[in-house]
Amino acid sequence: MNAALQNPGVGVVFDRVSKTYTTGHGSIKVVADVSFSMAENDFVSLIGPSGCGKTTMLQMLAGFVKPDAGTVSIDGRLIAGPDSDRGVIFQEYGVFPWLTVAKNIEFGLTLGKNLKPKAERDKIVAHYIKLMHLNGFENAYPKHLSGGMRQRLAIARAYAVNPKILLMDEPFGALDAQTRLAMQILLMELLHGERKTALLITHSVEEAIFLSTRILVISARPSRILRVIDIPFPYPRTPELTGTPEFQRLRLELEELSMQQYDEQQKLAAAA
Amino acid sequence: MAEAALQKGSWSERFGFVYGAVSFAVIIAAWWAMWAVGFVDPGLLPSPAEVFRQFMTLMVEKQLWLDMLLSARRVLIGVVCGLALAIPVGFLLGWYAGVRRFVDPVINFFRALPPIALIPLVIVYFGIGEPARVLVLIYAAFFSGVIVIYEGIKLMPPIFVRVSKALGATDFEIFRRVVIPATLPHVLTAFRVAVGVCWTTLVAAELVAAERGLGAVIVNGQNYFQVPIIFVGIIMIGAVALVMDKIIRLLTTRMLSWQESIQ
Repeated sequence: MNAALQNPGVGVVFDRVSKTYTTGHGSIKVVADVSFSMAENDFVSLIGPSGCGKTTMLQMLAGFVKPDAGTVSIDGRLIAGPDSDRGVIFQEYGVFPWLTVAKNIEFGLTLGKNLKPKAERDKIVAHYIKLMHLNGFENAYPKHLSGGMRQRLAIARAYAVNPKILLMDEPFGALDAQTRLAMQILLMELLHGERKTALLITHSVEEAIFLSTRILVISARPSRILRVIDIPFPYPRTPELTGTPEFQRLRLELEELSMQQYDEQQKLAAAA
Repeated sequence: MAEAALQKGSWSERFGFVYGAVSFAVIIAAWWAMWAVGFVDPGLLPSPAEVFRQFMTLMVEKQLWLDMLLSARRVLIGVVCGLALAIPVGFLLGWYAGVRRFVDPVINFFRALPPIALIPLVIVYFGIGEPARVLVLIYAAFFSGVIVIYEGIKLMPPIFVRVSKALGATDFEIFRRVVIPATLPHVLTAFRVAVGVCWTTLVAAELVAAERGLGAVIVNGQNYFQVPIIFVGIIMIGAVALVMDKIIRLLTTRMLSWQESIQ
């Protein structure tokens, strides 16, 4: 048991959370009695087979989905719905095509909730344009951006409102391997400058080890936490880390675990 | 290669109308040829020159420009009023699935009803004056527009709403800052569709009852068996409609420069 569970009221706490979806064909239990917690500045990755309920867990923390049983809370407060203390980054970016790059980043800061004066907005926008290497594209529309740039824009927009917690659902899943690696390094640099509590869903074991302080291995449906693996490497991490024997040992161990779960899921699918 | 393509692009941008002009020239030439060969009774098929002379006469002596203006104004009033109603209703229907379930069949019933079929009833109720004509046009614009708008809202990617909520947007902010711009392309499509439907309806309304307007010009031509006048009326309807459509398309490209296109 880790610090936050022993000390409720601090950080993110999933307490015996379950969720069942009812469809036309019956009901499917996607999350079964999941408990875990994230302390401030924890970077937690969920890895596990597709369709196992990881996204549902993230969406409960985001406030898009409510649990059937159990509670999800932040600093002791139950989550009532989506809000700007939790930034969400989706695989399909969701940048607004009718706004320029600068206006996309500024968007959250022009809403009543996080309204900032123009001068301050300009400063924040300029800051993230630089951090996310979008210089020169301030006034371009998203149609002129590559996939990697669109995702950098989405990250900049989420960061601009200064959320406490960052939620990422397969954020780099649609990018090619090269861009993906560059994005991981960029995210690492960003986190080094502005540490945040983060929850990441990924299929890439390597990505999870590189970025996380802790990895939760999730079982085939319904989601249970199979293993909790603490990643010992200090921040900031550099790409050279991935070549070290310790990193490789962890990678093999995790890949074996996730392969087993993949097989389980296949059996489940075949039975259904 | 790239330079050549660039040059070609700017050429077709500046002189794009040439392609259309060529097509029209071919049609007029074919028309002239048909008249010159004499297959058709010249009383039934006037020559292009004759129609042009008639056009000039009508312009100078009968204020044809006033008919064009009147017809265009009626269409514009109908489209603007009809869409002013269709936009909020379309948004409401697109947003609230519950409302849609009740209203959808009703809208489809009235949409399937050709506005022209209502003209006799409207005349019985409102007489043959301007209000009757404009009312039919508003009806036509509303029902052709509302469906385009609410189908457009249904097509909006739900991720935009989720992203906005996670950034702290209220429902009203989502509506004003996200739903409206995201569905603007569909609103402009609705505008274009409504203009088309309104022209069709207007001419029908003017054919039935109007002293002036391009429909009335055609009816006059028919009454006095002046085929060239009928031709002038028909061609002017097409010309005014073409100009209006062009204006809307220009407006669309201006307002939607952010949109990704297939080209």
